[in-house]
Amino acid sequence: MTSQMFGAPVKRREDPRLVTGGGRYLDDLGHSALAAAFVRSPHAHARIVDIEVSDALDVDGLVGIWTHEDLPGRVGEPLPLLIPHPTLTHGRTQFALARDEVNYVGEAVVMVVARDRYVAEDVCQRIRVDYELLTPVVGIANARDGSALVHDDVPGNVACRMLQEVGDVDAAIAAAPHTLELDLDIERSACMPMEGKGVLARWDSDKGELRIFSSTQTSTGVRAAVAAKLDLPLAKVECIAPDVGGGFGVKINHPWPEEVLIPWAARLLDQEVKWTEDRREHFISSAHERGQLQQIRVGFDDDGRVLGLDVKFWHDNGAYTPYGIIVPIITSTQLLGPYKPGAYRCEFWSLYTNTVLVTPYRGAGRPQGCFAMERTMDAIADRLGLDRAEVRSRNFILPSEMPYDHGLLFQDGRPLKYDSGDFPASLAKLKALVGWDDFAAYREQAEAEGRRVGLGIGCYVEGTGVGPYEGGHIQIETSGRVNVSTGLTSQGQGHETSFAQIVAQELGVSIEDVFVTTGDTRRMPYAVGTFASRAAVMSGNAIALAARNVRAKALRIAADALEVSAEDLEIVDGDIRVKGAPGTHMTLGTVSVMSNPLRYAFDEAAKAATQFAGTADYSKPPVADDDEPGLEGKDFYSPTQATFANGMHAAIVETDPVTAEVKILRYCVIHDCGTMINPMIVEGQVHGGVAQGVGGALYERMVYDDSGQLLNASFMDFLMPYASEVPHIETDHLETPSPLNPLGIKGAGEAGCIPVTAVIASAISDAEGFAITSMPISPVELWELRQRHARGEIPSLRGTRHTPSAPVTSAPVTSAPSTPSREAP
Amino acid sequence: MREAGKGAGAEPREDDVPDLATLSGAGLVSGLRKGDAVTVQSRTTPAVSFTLNGAPIEVAVEAGVSLLDLLRERLDLTGTKKGCNQGACGVCTVLVDGRRVLGCLTLVAQLDAREVTTIEGVGTPEQPHDLQRAFIGADGFQCGYCTSGQICSALGMLRELADGVPSAVAEHVAAQPGSSELEMRERMSGNLCRCGAYNGIVDAIAAYADAAGGHR
Amino acid sequence: MIPASFDYVAPTSVADALAALAEAGDDAKVLAGGQSLLPILRMRLNAPEKVIDLGRIEELKGVSEDGDHVVIGAMTTYADVLASDLVRQHAGLLTDAIAEVADPQIRHRGTVGGALVHADPAGDVGAPALALETEFVITGSGGERTVAAADFFQDLFETAVGEGELLTAIRVPKHTGWGHRYEKFVRVSHQWSIVAVAATVRVDGGTIAEARIGLTNMGSTPLRATAVEQALVGKAATDEAVREACAAAAEGTNPPSDLNGDSDYRRHLATVLARRAVLAAAGA
Repeated sequence: MTSQMFGAPVKRREDPRLVTGGGRYLDDLGHSALAAAFVRSPHAHARIVDIEVSDALDVDGLVGIWTHEDLPGRVGEPLPLLIPHPTLTHGRTQFALARDEVNYVGEAVVMVVARDRYVAEDVCQRIRVDYELLTPVVGIANARDGSALVHDDVPGNVACRMLQEVGDVDAAIAAAPHTLELDLDIERSACMPMEGKGVLARWDSDKGELRIFSSTQTSTGVRAAVAAKLDLPLAKVECIAPDVGGGFGVKINHPWPEEVLIPWAARLLDQEVKWTEDRREHFISSAHERGQLQQIRVGFDDDGRVLGLDVKFWHDNGAYTPYGIIVPIITSTQLLGPYKPGAYRCEFWSLYTNTVLVTPYRGAGRPQGCFAMERTMDAIADRLGLDRAEVRSRNFILPSEMPYDHGLLFQDGRPLKYDSGDFPASLAKLKALVGWDDFAAYREQAEAEGRRVGLGIGCYVEGTGVGPYEGGHIQIETSGRVNVSTGLTSQGQGHETSFAQIVAQELGVSIEDVFVTTGDTRRMPYAVGTFASRAAVMSGNAIALAARNVRAKALRIAADALEVSAEDLEIVDGDIRVKGAPGTHMTLGTVSVMSNPLRYAFDEAAKAATQFAGTADYSKPPVADDDEPGLEGKDFYSPTQATFANGMHAAIVETDPVTAEVKILRYCVIHDCGTMINPMIVEGQVHGGVAQGVGGALYERMVYDDSGQLLNASFMDFLMPYASEVPHIETDHLETPSPLNPLGIKGAGEAGCIPVTAVIASAISDAEGFAITSMPISPVELWELRQRHARGEIPSLRGTRHTPSAPVTSAPVTSAPSTPSREAP
Repeated sequence: MREAGKGAGAEPREDDVPDLATLSGAGLVSGLRKGDAVTVQSRTTPAVSFTLNGAPIEVAVEAGVSLLDLLRERLDLTGTKKGCNQGACGVCTVLVDGRRVLGCLTLVAQLDAREVTTIEGVGTPEQPHDLQRAFIGADGFQCGYCTSGQICSALGMLRELADGVPSAVAEHVAAQPGSSELEMRERMSGNLCRCGAYNGIVDAIAAYADAAGGHR
Repeated sequence: MIPASFDYVAPTSVADALAALAEAGDDAKVLAGGQSLLPILRMRLNAPEKVIDLGRIEELKGVSEDGDHVVIGAMTTYADVLASDLVRQHAGLLTDAIAEVADPQIRHRGTVGGALVHADPAGDVGAPALALETEFVITGSGGERTVAAADFFQDLFETAVGEGELLTAIRVPKHTGWGHRYEKFVRVSHQWSIVAVAATVRVDGGTIAEARIGLTNMGSTPLRATAVEQALVGKAATDEAVREACAAAAEGTNPPSDLNGDSDYRRHLATVLARRAVLAAAGA
């Protein structure tokens, strides 16, 4: 079972533990820790006038109360701006506890530590904070208006303005035979993992060491940030990500205020302290994403080929920019998808608002970009009366044009250069899967039954596996057990399994003998984190390289002992043997013993190894100058650029002609993430992404009122899809290997969610006969659009092949309707 | 601004909480050790006796303590997770008298004489329940956080199906309950999975029900 | 997300519960299934001194038959009502509606009486109870009184249950042989009703002989669409006739506007759902 690991749908290693409740997530740890709770701002924009705690001091079980003025040194300084950028001219970050001003509802103002969370929350309720209210800036329109400012020293609320241009866009569009303009709008949503954030810190006063557990996507990042904030040597701080109950992006930003404050309090109190985010806190004080207004101008020829594309967009970055401008940069570059845009210009403004901050959510700016590009493709097709898939294919970058350099800079500051992909093949597969060419007949039949159906399509390209690096470390014990570690973290992606598959394959051992550790800075101090669909590409390749190193060393030692050439050896099931002469062999465990000259005969393997011990050469040291003891290997993978995965989705929706309810009848996915390590895991990632995409298209939005209160900060009001709302997802795969890395793989984590909003908008437009330009869309919104369409305020699609039905209102209708309908109004 | 409680810290923890929890049959409930104290704060209710994963237990806790918090914080039975603490996600689903309920919306005080089964009482890593095996086989989860609730919910659901409890998506409420994929999805609609493993969850339940000579 | 602390009592008889209620006065909250109350306490939207749990009063649980009525104890869970053959046979509209309440977990603890007294206009039990002309049995220190459905729901979260009183049972007149349908409009399955329509009709020879229609979330209380009921009487159970009659479904309503729809949309939905519900109930 050692040779076919790679590419096999191996059942996940972590599963028996997880299905029996044995997962150890952050709040499952620290049973006896003190509990922290926070007083958070109830106002979106206000100055703190006074904080009164006297009513709270006599609560039994209170340990301490802290405000900003109690925070010493760097703990009291603003949190770091993790990813600066030259165009981010006005980056701002918050204090761990607000100093003089609060800029969003939910910003932490006071920290309370008590015997348990019950007491801590009682104390919080007794603390009174007086505020002087300031004008809140809510929504992109108000931010652009600039008459009220989020930060006094940021004119126009503009954190960043960035412009990239390739070719002469104005000239290209002026010369184009056709032009179109689109105004698009995509709203806020959020990652909303089932497990919120959480931090547990233990201070070891004997050793002066801090151990942090955090529900994070980057334990190395948290470790370094806390060490810097607390002025501790890195060597005295370790950070462990336990089982993490979903991340989807929100746990990559760091350090969160609590990640600094809880370790600080633990050291100060010399006690274990824990904070577990509750659901309301997650809504109002973690992070959101999406949220853009877009203006597009496109010039194209008679065949629908884009000659020039001019995109402007305004991105709502919330109150602070700790994670820089990664999200809008990705939108501006990944918007191009699988297409050649001719001349391209993208200008964006990242704007402050008095709302919770915006950091990446699965897709990280790509769903917005895909929405812009795919709405544009549909608009071009409609203008010319062409098939929507055909227009796309005419704009595709062809396999023969790979690698394809767009002439732009990507999120990692490196050239946006696609490495591989076969877009025509993907499209052909998609059309076959969804039955693209049969849809007209299906629609006709549905309309005869009074049903309204539409077909939508969306294509994307996703830069995955961005650098700078990840590492892999492998150590083989004398028992033959293979310990693998990599520094990035896991939140359900099945890394324990995929990485074990790689090692089993590369080394030639049974997967049962491979044990993977992720996200523990004690095991692998150099790492970046799990985001940007990078784990399999980065750590997978690093681990493969490390495994090759270990293999080479094992073969060298065995060849020496067996007195054969290393080239004549193979490893099967952890046994090194001479090809064609399996009788001559030794196990990897034995090699492990031999690799360590400290050979106490403490077990059978050690005893067995002595038979291979050659005559000592007293002129040489026990460990050669160019060697190390132990059977270990370590390597890092650091690519020159990202590798680009792609996918194409199609959906058939039905819109209720009366209630405007939208149902997804079919959802089809073609996915190309290069060579697959484990198709079952890839499939799961795609399904999960689509489920979140469906949420983003039809249900999820963050509704702020004018004063900056989040009106739907609970699962009762922020609607997420249950099993009953997610359709059965049909998938097919294409495997176009990446030429960039040893394993030929590309990332898969975010892919599923990227085009869903575009696909559903496309399908609803097709069903309704007018363009949908604002997403997500609820039944009442579609119902209102129908009425505006009926009043002539929204133009009909030209290429629509069916008669757009009259809007259905509640007014009684006396005559029979002209179009057949299942249910006449 | 006011003087904060700096230096107020380091108050010793309440180590000598009254030992009001007694547990007979200790060891049958994993994670709970004999003599474990259950913290009692200001206002208590009379002791409540019930069965937890087959073992009788008697506890006296503050009236506002939910079953979920009792399990996690007082008994250190952390297999049942907390998702929203307001009854909308199903993550904390457990079985009470064989019926699925939300641990967060059940007070300990309401459990007198009931039989409570948590994920720890369903199966172990060494001897998983067949439904747990089916979840592994069908890739019915990713991060695992909602999984305890999904499994308890599915067990309750299958019993409801066997008992003929109607479903809102059936053609007619009096119709024979079925386990079409659509109906299965509706019957499991009390449980969110943000990883979106719904395909796998539905497949796992169907595979288990099939193998158990179930309802398909 | 942790409730303020409170005292707790769990009487085992209605008499004891009334006594506890009298003693605690304003500072008490009655706990039925807790599926609405516990989130409210946890968000600290309410902080009672005392919670009186009715969960141990056996006399308040169960479904029984009393002549022309089906009697449902106030502390009967949704799940037990859903499983009741008596209810299904004689008041199928209630079964329909309860199958749509929240999710199965909630239905195993939530009680019919608790929901009716909580009187959330988006709750799913009020409209069918109203349509079925249910009688509400209210018990206080002075004894028992019966309130007609039309008088029970008084305003948002307000009912005829007075201070010191408990709803102890509902008496649902049998509608044996009537067709029924609860049409609920939501975006995701466990959501509170955006709008719902409860319809039960008696069809005689293809003609609607009697009709009862209740509306969920079309005002501050569940509402009865009497104009539609009257218009339906004597009409053939056909799409056209029902459509015409249901056009008046939103008459006299005052539906809310919120994130899921403005009042115009709700009025529109009421007419559509009424038509669908009546047609389905009539077996058309």
